[in-house]
Amino acid sequence: MVVRVRIPDIVRRGQPFDVRIAIQHVMETGYRLDHSGRTIARNVIHTLVARYDGVEVYRAELGSGIAANPYLQFWITAPASGVLELSWVDDAGVAGSERVPVTVRD
Amino acid sequence: MVADSPMKGRRRHLLALALAGGSGVVPVLPPGAAQAQMPTAPPPLGSGYALLVPKATQGAPVRAGRVTVDAPALADNGHSVPVRIVVQSAMRPDDHVRSITLLSDRNPRPVIVKAWLGPRAGRAELSTRIRLNGTQRILALAEMSDGSWWSGQADVVVTESACLDGS
Repeated sequence: MVVRVRIPDIVRRGQPFDVRIAIQHVMETGYRLDHSGRTIARNVIHTLVARYDGVEVYRAELGSGIAANPYLQFWITAPASGVLELSWVDDAGVAGSERVPVTVRD
Repeated sequence: MVADSPMKGRRRHLLALALAGGSGVVPVLPPGAAQAQMPTAPPPLGSGYALLVPKATQGAPVRAGRVTVDAPALADNGHSVPVRIVVQSAMRPDDHVRSITLLSDRNPRPVIVKAWLGPRAGRAELSTRIRLNGTQRILALAEMSDGSWWSGQADVVVTESACLDGS
């Protein structure tokens, strides 16, 4: 699973900054058929959680309406330097996470 | 001519059968299949939300406004359509957006994404890429910290629909 997370180079204390995440994932809808006509089981990343120093700051529930290789951009604020942890889990139970250190400048 | 056409139809049918028997892969369409697949007039845009919105808000009243949905007016490909939802909010502890929900009334699963924010989010904005099952009106709902619900919408013409194509 290839994951890319981008945050701005400069994060100001208490100012919102954007987090962009792209995860390589098929986001299988469960409506497609394979070559022998059987339904391909649904497998989407259904939950994505962002925690900042252990505190949950953002949570998204995704469905099959999200395009393959899901991309999300959202905003958070940082009161102090810390670690942003993004974690997600799909229908097959495969979980992933990414830790991004955030340095806050005044 | 009138007496001629059923013969023609049967001949084509037999020809198709022969081809299918020969190669084993040519699909056999019964006569009239083309007519059966002709699309009927689609329901008006956004007609499905009368049922979907109360389900998403658990019956709470929804007012139009404060929510902007940015989406292309024309999407060539329904497999990946960029969308941005912006909600007007101060995003303070006493006045912020609690959740943002994006709905589709033409997709097999109406809830595309639901996001929970908080005062820590700083800005009530969400961008992503979605799948759309044909031309439709997408609708975003925002739940505020005072319990009120607001909505915004965008119409997207989709030339090539995502999903349900069985491929």
